Amino acid sequence: MSRAISSKKWIILAGVIFGALAALMTVWGNPANMGICVACFIRDITGTIGLHRAGVVQYIRPEIIGLILGAFITSYFFGEFRSKGGSSPVIRFLLGAFVMIGALVFLGCPVRMMLRLAGGDLNGITALVGMIAGVGAGIFFLKKGFNLGRANKKRAANGWMMPVIMVVLLLFAIFQPGFLFNSESGPGAMFAPLGIALVVGLVIGFAAQRTRMCFVGAWRDIFLVRNFHLISGIIAFFIAALVINYAVGNFGAGGIYHWGFADQPVSHTVHLWNFLGMSLVGLAATLLGGCPLRNCILSGEGDTDATMTVFGYIAGAAIAHNFALASSPSGTGTWGPVSVIVGLVFCATIGFLMRERI
Amino acid sequence: MTIEVDVRGFSCPIPVVKTKKAIEENPKENVTVLVETEVSRENVSRLAESKGYSVKVEEAGDEFRLTLTPNGN
Repeated sequence: MSRAISSKKWIILAGVIFGALAALMTVWGNPANMGICVACFIRDITGTIGLHRAGVVQYIRPEIIGLILGAFITSYFFGEFRSKGGSSPVIRFLLGAFVMIGALVFLGCPVRMMLRLAGGDLNGITALVGMIAGVGAGIFFLKKGFNLGRANKKRAANGWMMPVIMVVLLLFAIFQPGFLFNSESGPGAMFAPLGIALVVGLVIGFAAQRTRMCFVGAWRDIFLVRNFHLISGIIAFFIAALVINYAVGNFGAGGIYHWGFADQPVSHTVHLWNFLGMSLVGLAATLLGGCPLRNCILSGEGDTDATMTVFGYIAGAAIAHNFALASSPSGTGTWGPVSVIVGLVFCATIGFLMRERI
Repeated sequence: MTIEVDVRGFSCPIPVVKTKKAIEENPKENVTVLVETEVSRENVSRLAESKGYSVKVEEAGDEFRLTLTPNGN
Protein backbone atom coordinates (compact mmCIF):
# COMPACT_ATOMS: atom_id res chain seq x y z
CA MET A 1 0.00 0.00 0.00
CA SER A 2 2.55 2.56 1.08
CA ARG A 3 4.79 1.91 -1.93
CA ALA A 4 1.91 2.51 -4.28
CA ILE A 5 1.01 5.75 -2.53
CA SER A 6 4.58 7.02 -2.76
CA SER A 7 4.70 6.54 -6.53
CA LYS A 8 4.55 9.50 -8.84
CA LYS A 9 1.19 8.75 -10.44
CA TRP A 10 -0.60 9.14 -7.14
CA ILE A 11 0.83 12.55 -6.37
CA ILE A 12 -0.03 13.67 -9.90
CA LEU A 13 -3.59 12.41 -9.41
CA ALA A 14 -3.78 14.18 -6.05
CA GLY A 15 -2.50 17.39 -7.68
CA VAL A 16 -5.13 17.17 -10.41
CA ILE A 17 -7.96 16.61 -7.90
CA PHE A 18 -6.74 19.41 -5.62
CA GLY A 19 -6.19 21.89 -8.48
CA ALA A 20 -9.57 21.15 -10.05
CA LEU A 21 -11.42 21.42 -6.73
CA ALA A 22 -9.56 24.64 -5.83
CA ALA A 23 -10.61 26.24 -9.11
CA LEU A 24 -14.18 24.99 -8.77
CA MET A 25 -14.47 26.44 -5.26
CA THR A 26 -14.56 29.93 -6.81
CA VAL A 27 -17.50 28.79 -8.94
CA TRP A 28 -19.21 27.54 -5.78
CA GLY A 29 -18.76 30.85 -3.96
CA ASN A 30 -15.21 31.40 -2.73
CA PRO A 31 -13.38 34.65 -3.69
CA ALA A 32 -11.69 34.88 -7.10
CA ASN A 33 -8.29 33.18 -7.30
CA MET A 34 -8.89 32.08 -3.71
CA GLY A 35 -10.64 28.74 -4.13
CA ILE A 36 -8.29 27.44 -1.48
CA CYS A 37 -5.70 29.57 0.31
CA VAL A 38 -4.40 28.04 3.50
CA ALA A 39 -2.95 31.31 4.79
CA CYS A 40 -5.97 33.46 3.85
CA PHE A 41 -8.42 30.95 5.28
CA ILE A 42 -6.56 30.63 8.60
CA ARG A 43 -6.52 34.43 8.65
CA ASP A 44 -10.31 34.44 8.12
CA ILE A 45 -10.76 32.00 11.01
CA THR A 46 -8.49 34.21 13.15
CA GLY A 47 -10.86 37.07 12.38
CA THR A 48 -14.06 35.18 13.06
CA ILE A 49 -12.94 34.45 16.62
CA GLY A 50 -12.10 38.12 17.05
CA LEU A 51 -8.32 37.90 17.23
CA HIS A 52 -8.22 40.57 14.53
CA ARG A 53 -10.93 43.04 13.61
CA ALA A 54 -10.47 43.45 9.86
CA GLY A 55 -14.17 43.32 9.02
CA VAL A 56 -13.73 42.08 5.44
CA VAL A 57 -11.83 38.89 6.31
CA GLN A 58 -13.76 37.16 9.09
CA TYR A 59 -15.32 33.76 8.40
CA ILE A 60 -14.91 30.20 9.67
CA ARG A 61 -13.52 28.50 6.60
CA PRO A 62 -14.68 24.86 6.68
CA GLU A 63 -11.94 23.98 4.18
CA ILE A 64 -9.28 24.31 6.92
CA ILE A 65 -11.35 22.25 9.35
CA GLY A 66 -11.86 19.64 6.63
CA LEU A 67 -8.24 19.31 5.64
CA ILE A 68 -6.99 18.95 9.21
CA LEU A 69 -9.75 16.49 10.13
CA GLY A 70 -9.22 14.71 6.80
CA ALA A 71 -5.54 14.28 7.64
CA PHE A 72 -6.47 13.14 11.16
CA ILE A 73 -8.93 10.48 9.97
CA THR A 74 -6.62 9.30 7.18
CA SER A 75 -3.53 9.08 9.39
CA TYR A 76 -5.53 7.25 12.03
CA PHE A 77 -6.91 4.80 9.51
CA PHE A 78 -3.49 4.13 7.97
CA GLY A 79 -1.79 3.76 11.35
CA GLU A 80 0.32 6.91 10.94
CA PHE A 81 -1.21 9.00 13.72
CA ARG A 82 1.60 9.65 16.22
CA SER A 83 1.46 12.05 19.12
CA LYS A 84 4.87 13.70 19.18
CA GLY A 85 6.61 17.03 19.69
CA GLY A 86 9.40 18.93 21.35
CA SER A 87 11.37 20.03 18.28
CA SER A 88 11.86 23.74 19.05
CA PRO A 89 8.17 24.61 19.50
CA VAL A 90 8.78 28.28 20.37
CA ILE A 91 10.96 28.84 17.30
CA ARG A 92 8.40 27.03 15.14
CA PHE A 93 5.66 29.28 16.53
CA LEU A 94 7.62 32.41 15.58
CA LEU A 95 8.64 31.07 12.16
CA GLY A 96 4.98 30.23 11.58
CA ALA A 97 3.98 33.80 12.46
CA PHE A 98 6.50 35.13 9.92
CA VAL A 99 5.26 32.71 7.24
CA MET A 100 1.81 34.23 7.71
CA ILE A 101 3.10 37.81 7.71
CA GLY A 102 5.05 37.21 4.47
CA ALA A 103 2.01 35.55 2.90
CA LEU A 104 -0.25 38.46 3.87
CA VAL A 105 2.17 40.98 2.38
CA PHE A 106 1.94 39.10 -0.93
CA LEU A 107 -1.72 38.15 -0.34
CA GLY A 108 -1.53 34.39 -0.53
CA CYS A 109 0.24 31.27 0.61
CA PRO A 110 2.15 29.08 -1.87
CA VAL A 111 -1.14 27.34 -2.78
CA ARG A 112 -2.87 30.58 -3.66
CA MET A 113 0.23 31.80 -5.47
CA MET A 114 -0.16 28.87 -7.90
CA LEU A 115 -3.92 29.52 -8.13
CA ARG A 116 -3.32 33.20 -8.89
CA LEU A 117 -0.98 32.14 -11.70
CA ALA A 118 -3.58 29.69 -12.99
CA GLY A 119 -6.06 32.58 -12.95
CA GLY A 120 -3.83 34.81 -15.09
CA ASP A 121 -2.39 36.92 -12.25
CA LEU A 122 1.23 37.39 -13.32
CA ASN A 123 2.17 38.84 -9.93
CA GLY A 124 2.36 35.16 -9.08
CA ILE A 125 5.56 34.99 -11.14
CA THR A 126 7.27 37.69 -9.10
CA ALA A 127 6.16 35.90 -5.98
CA LEU A 128 7.27 32.49 -7.24
CA VAL A 129 10.76 33.75 -8.08
CA GLY A 130 10.89 35.38 -4.64
CA MET A 131 9.76 32.20 -2.94
CA ILE A 132 12.36 30.13 -4.79
CA ALA A 133 15.02 32.63 -3.64
CA GLY A 134 13.80 32.12 -0.06
CA VAL A 135 13.87 28.35 -0.47
CA GLY A 136 17.43 28.67 -1.79
CA ALA A 137 18.43 30.60 1.33
CA GLY A 138 16.79 27.90 3.46
CA ILE A 139 18.76 25.19 1.62
CA PHE A 140 21.96 27.14 2.37
CA PHE A 141 21.20 26.82 6.09
CA LEU A 142 20.17 23.15 5.76
CA LYS A 143 23.50 22.39 4.12
CA LYS A 144 25.30 24.19 6.95
CA GLY A 145 23.74 21.79 9.43
CA PHE A 146 20.57 23.66 10.39
CA ASN A 147 17.83 21.72 12.10
CA LEU A 148 15.22 22.31 14.79
CA GLY A 149 16.18 19.25 16.83
CA ARG A 150 14.52 15.92 17.47
CA ALA A 151 10.90 15.46 18.44
CA ASN A 152 9.93 12.69 20.82
CA LYS A 153 6.81 10.76 21.60
CA LYS A 154 4.15 12.53 23.64
CA ARG A 155 1.11 11.21 25.43
CA ALA A 156 -1.81 10.79 23.06
CA ALA A 157 -3.80 13.76 24.40
CA ASN A 158 -1.23 16.19 22.94
CA GLY A 159 -1.80 14.99 19.42
CA TRP A 160 -5.56 15.02 19.84
CA MET A 161 -5.72 18.72 20.69
CA MET A 162 -5.70 20.01 17.12
CA PRO A 163 -8.41 17.64 15.84
CA VAL A 164 -10.52 18.51 18.90
CA ILE A 165 -10.07 22.24 18.24
CA MET A 166 -11.21 21.64 14.65
CA VAL A 167 -14.33 19.79 15.85
CA VAL A 168 -15.13 22.75 18.12
CA LEU A 169 -14.65 25.15 15.18
CA LEU A 170 -16.93 22.94 13.08
CA LEU A 171 -19.61 23.17 15.77
CA PHE A 172 -19.14 26.96 15.74
CA ALA A 173 -19.50 26.96 11.95
CA ILE A 174 -22.72 24.93 12.12
CA PHE A 175 -24.40 26.60 15.11
CA GLN A 176 -22.97 30.12 14.68
CA PRO A 177 -22.84 31.26 18.32
CA GLY A 178 -23.41 35.00 18.66
CA PHE A 179 -19.88 35.92 19.68
CA LEU A 180 -18.43 35.13 16.24
CA PHE A 181 -17.52 37.90 13.81
CA ASN A 182 -18.71 37.38 10.25
CA SER A 183 -17.82 39.59 7.29
CA GLU A 184 -20.72 41.35 5.62
CA SER A 185 -18.65 42.42 2.62
CA GLY A 186 -15.26 41.66 1.06
CA PRO A 187 -13.57 38.28 0.61
CA GLY A 188 -14.81 37.07 4.01
CA ALA A 189 -18.40 37.37 2.78
CA MET A 190 -17.72 35.17 -0.25
CA PHE A 191 -17.85 31.50 0.52
CA ALA A 192 -18.97 28.15 -0.79
CA PRO A 193 -21.76 26.33 1.11
CA LEU A 194 -20.54 24.79 4.36
CA GLY A 195 -21.14 21.19 3.29
CA ILE A 196 -19.26 21.54 0.00
CA ALA A 197 -16.36 23.38 1.63
CA LEU A 198 -16.08 20.77 4.37
CA VAL A 199 -16.14 17.81 1.99
CA VAL A 200 -13.61 19.45 -0.35
CA GLY A 201 -11.38 20.07 2.68
CA LEU A 202 -11.71 16.43 3.76
CA VAL A 203 -10.85 15.17 0.27
CA ILE A 204 -7.78 17.42 0.06
CA GLY A 205 -6.79 16.41 3.59
CA PHE A 206 -6.95 12.75 2.59
CA ALA A 207 -5.01 13.27 -0.65
CA ALA A 208 -2.36 15.52 0.92
CA GLN A 209 -1.85 13.18 3.87
CA ARG A 210 -1.29 10.16 1.66
CA THR A 211 0.96 11.86 -0.91
CA ARG A 212 2.82 14.26 1.48
CA MET A 213 2.10 17.05 -1.00
CA CYS A 214 4.00 20.25 -0.15
CA PHE A 215 4.09 23.54 -2.07
CA VAL A 216 7.45 24.59 -0.63
CA GLY A 217 9.12 21.19 -0.25
CA ALA A 218 8.49 20.61 -3.96
CA TRP A 219 10.87 23.43 -4.91
CA ARG A 220 13.30 22.57 -2.13
CA ASP A 221 13.64 18.98 -3.34
CA ILE A 222 14.51 20.11 -6.87
CA PHE A 223 17.49 22.13 -5.67
CA LEU A 224 18.48 20.09 -2.62
CA VAL A 225 18.32 16.54 -3.98
CA ARG A 226 17.39 16.94 -7.69
CA ASN A 227 14.16 15.13 -6.96
CA PHE A 228 11.05 15.90 -9.00
CA HIS A 229 8.53 13.80 -7.11
CA LEU A 230 6.72 16.55 -5.17
CA ILE A 231 6.93 19.11 -7.97
CA SER A 232 5.06 16.78 -10.32
CA GLY A 233 2.03 17.14 -8.02
CA ILE A 234 2.32 20.93 -8.01
CA ILE A 235 2.55 21.10 -11.81
CA ALA A 236 -0.50 18.82 -12.04
CA PHE A 237 -2.30 21.12 -9.57
CA PHE A 238 -1.49 24.20 -11.68
CA ILE A 239 -2.54 22.62 -14.98
CA ALA A 240 -5.79 21.27 -13.53
CA ALA A 241 -6.71 24.68 -12.07
CA LEU A 242 -5.86 26.40 -15.38
CA VAL A 243 -7.94 23.94 -17.41
CA ILE A 244 -10.93 24.28 -15.08
CA ASN A 245 -10.66 28.09 -15.15
CA TYR A 246 -10.87 28.02 -18.95
CA ALA A 247 -13.52 25.30 -19.00
CA VAL A 248 -15.93 27.18 -16.76
CA GLY A 249 -15.45 30.39 -18.75
CA ASN A 250 -13.52 32.41 -16.18
CA PHE A 251 -11.25 33.71 -18.95
CA GLY A 252 -12.54 35.69 -21.92
CA ALA A 253 -15.47 38.06 -22.28
CA GLY A 254 -17.43 38.45 -19.07
CA GLY A 255 -15.03 36.20 -17.14
CA ILE A 256 -13.46 37.15 -13.83
CA TYR A 257 -9.88 36.40 -14.96
CA HIS A 258 -7.47 37.92 -17.47
CA TRP A 259 -3.72 37.63 -18.04
CA GLY A 260 -1.63 40.50 -16.68
CA PHE A 261 -0.33 42.24 -13.59
CA ALA A 262 -2.89 45.01 -13.06
CA ASP A 263 -6.45 44.78 -11.70
CA GLN A 264 -6.19 41.20 -10.51
CA PRO A 265 -8.56 39.90 -7.83
CA VAL A 266 -7.35 40.39 -4.22
CA SER A 267 -3.88 41.30 -5.47
CA HIS A 268 -1.52 44.28 -5.66
CA THR A 269 1.35 45.12 -8.01
CA VAL A 270 4.04 46.28 -5.59
CA HIS A 271 6.59 43.92 -7.11
CA LEU A 272 9.41 44.35 -4.58
CA TRP A 273 7.20 43.34 -1.67
CA ASN A 274 5.45 40.57 -3.60
CA PHE A 275 8.94 39.22 -4.19
CA LEU A 276 10.28 39.72 -0.67
CA GLY A 277 7.03 38.73 1.07
CA MET A 278 7.19 35.34 -0.63
CA SER A 279 10.97 35.14 -0.05
CA LEU A 280 10.14 35.28 3.65
CA VAL A 281 7.53 32.53 3.17
CA GLY A 282 10.01 30.38 1.22
CA LEU A 283 12.78 30.79 3.78
CA ALA A 284 10.68 30.39 6.93
CA ALA A 285 8.75 27.45 5.45
CA THR A 286 11.98 25.71 4.40
CA LEU A 287 13.32 26.07 7.94
CA LEU A 288 9.99 24.68 9.20
CA GLY A 289 10.17 21.78 6.76
CA GLY A 290 6.92 22.52 4.95
CA CYS A 291 4.36 24.95 3.59
CA PRO A 292 1.16 25.95 5.47
CA LEU A 293 -0.79 23.13 3.81
CA ARG A 294 1.76 20.54 4.92
CA ASN A 295 1.90 21.85 8.48
CA CYS A 296 -1.90 21.75 8.72
CA ILE A 297 -1.82 18.13 7.54
CA LEU A 298 0.90 17.22 10.06
CA SER A 299 -0.99 18.97 12.85
CA GLY A 300 -3.84 16.55 12.15
CA GLU A 301 -1.46 13.58 12.37
CA GLY A 302 -0.55 14.23 16.00
CA ASP A 303 2.54 16.34 15.31
CA THR A 304 2.35 19.01 18.02
CA ASP A 305 5.32 20.89 16.53
CA ALA A 306 3.20 21.42 13.41
CA THR A 307 0.32 22.41 15.71
CA MET A 308 2.55 25.09 17.26
CA THR A 309 3.38 26.25 13.73
CA VAL A 310 -0.33 26.56 12.92
CA PHE A 311 -0.84 28.52 16.15
CA GLY A 312 2.02 30.71 14.90
CA TYR A 313 0.10 31.30 11.66
CA ILE A 314 -2.90 32.43 13.73
CA ALA A 315 -0.71 34.79 15.77
CA GLY A 316 0.88 36.11 12.58
CA ALA A 317 -2.54 36.74 11.02
CA ALA A 318 -3.72 38.58 14.14
CA ILE A 319 -0.58 40.74 14.19
CA ALA A 320 -0.73 41.38 10.44
CA HIS A 321 -4.32 42.67 10.52
CA ASN A 322 -4.25 44.42 13.90
CA PHE A 323 -1.15 46.46 13.16
CA ALA A 324 -1.40 47.28 9.44
CA LEU A 325 1.16 44.75 8.20
CA ALA A 326 -1.15 43.03 5.74
CA SER A 327 -1.45 44.28 2.18
CA SER A 328 -4.70 45.14 0.45
CA PRO A 329 -5.55 45.47 -3.25
CA SER A 330 -4.39 49.12 -2.99
CA GLY A 331 -0.87 48.09 -1.95
CA THR A 332 1.26 47.19 1.04
CA GLY A 333 0.24 48.00 4.60
CA THR A 334 2.09 50.69 6.58
CA TRP A 335 4.23 48.21 8.48
CA GLY A 336 4.29 45.38 5.89
CA PRO A 337 7.71 46.09 4.35
CA VAL A 338 9.52 46.58 7.66
CA SER A 339 7.95 43.43 9.10
CA VAL A 340 9.17 41.41 6.12
CA ILE A 341 12.72 42.71 6.69
CA VAL A 342 12.45 41.86 10.40
CA GLY A 343 11.21 38.40 9.41
CA LEU A 344 14.09 37.78 7.01
CA VAL A 345 16.61 38.89 9.65
CA PHE A 346 14.91 36.65 12.23
CA CYS A 347 15.02 33.64 9.89
CA ALA A 348 18.67 34.22 9.00
CA THR A 349 19.55 34.52 12.69
CA ILE A 350 17.71 31.30 13.53
CA GLY A 351 19.34 29.66 10.50
CA PHE A 352 22.79 30.47 11.87
CA LEU A 353 22.05 29.82 15.55
CA MET A 354 20.37 26.45 15.04
CA ARG A 355 23.31 24.81 13.27
CA GLU A 356 24.39 21.47 14.59
CA ARG A 357 28.13 21.14 15.05
CA ILE A 358 29.04 18.15 12.95
CA MET B 1 32.51 -0.85 7.44
CA THR B 2 28.92 0.31 7.87
CA ILE B 3 28.07 3.94 8.48
CA GLU B 4 25.09 4.49 10.77
CA VAL B 5 22.85 7.55 10.53
CA ASP B 6 20.32 7.97 13.33
CA VAL B 7 17.65 10.45 12.28
CA ARG B 8 14.92 9.26 14.60
CA GLY B 9 12.77 12.18 15.73
CA PHE B 10 13.91 14.55 12.99
CA SER B 11 11.22 15.87 10.70
CA CYS B 12 11.41 16.48 6.96
CA PRO B 13 13.82 17.25 5.31
CA ILE B 14 16.54 16.60 7.92
CA PRO B 15 16.61 12.77 7.47
CA VAL B 16 17.26 13.25 3.75
CA VAL B 17 19.89 15.95 4.33
CA LYS B 18 21.81 13.81 6.84
CA THR B 19 21.58 10.66 4.71
CA LYS B 20 22.75 12.56 1.64
CA LYS B 21 25.74 13.89 3.58
CA ALA B 22 26.64 10.40 4.83
CA ILE B 23 26.38 8.95 1.31
CA GLU B 24 28.50 11.70 -0.19
CA GLU B 25 31.18 11.46 2.49
CA ASN B 26 31.33 7.65 2.31
CA PRO B 27 30.88 6.62 -1.30
CA LYS B 28 30.74 2.87 -1.95
CA GLU B 29 30.05 2.15 1.74
CA ASN B 30 26.95 0.54 3.17
CA VAL B 31 24.90 3.05 5.11
CA THR B 32 22.35 2.15 7.77
CA VAL B 33 19.68 4.74 8.48
CA LEU B 34 17.38 4.62 11.49
CA VAL B 35 14.11 6.46 10.90
CA GLU B 36 10.91 6.72 12.87
CA THR B 37 8.22 7.70 10.42
CA GLU B 38 6.73 6.29 7.26
CA VAL B 39 7.42 9.65 5.58
CA SER B 40 11.15 9.50 6.40
CA ARG B 41 11.30 5.90 5.22
CA GLU B 42 9.81 6.92 1.85
CA ASN B 43 11.99 10.01 1.48
CA VAL B 44 15.28 8.35 2.45
CA SER B 45 14.48 5.35 0.20
CA ARG B 46 13.70 7.64 -2.72
CA LEU B 47 16.97 9.53 -2.22
CA ALA B 48 19.02 6.34 -1.93
CA GLU B 49 17.48 4.77 -5.02
CA SER B 50 18.13 7.93 -7.03
CA LYS B 51 21.78 7.82 -5.88
CA GLY B 52 22.19 4.23 -7.09
CA TYR B 53 21.68 2.32 -3.85
CA SER B 54 19.45 -0.62 -3.17
CA VAL B 55 17.39 -0.31 -0.02
CA LYS B 56 16.48 -3.02 2.47
CA VAL B 57 13.86 -2.10 5.05
CA GLU B 58 13.48 -3.80 8.42
CA GLU B 59 10.66 -2.77 10.68
CA ALA B 60 11.35 -2.78 14.41
CA GLY B 61 8.44 -1.66 16.51
CA ASP B 62 7.80 1.99 15.73
CA GLU B 63 11.03 2.35 13.80
CA PHE B 64 12.56 1.39 10.49
CA ARG B 65 16.13 0.33 9.87
CA LEU B 66 17.11 1.04 6.26
CA THR B 67 20.22 -0.62 4.89
CA LEU B 68 21.52 1.20 1.85
CA THR B 69 23.87 -0.83 -0.34
CA PRO B 70 25.60 0.74 -3.35
CA ASN B 71 24.57 -1.08 -6.53
CA GLY B 72 27.44 -3.10 -7.96
CA ASN B 73 28.86 -4.07 -4.56
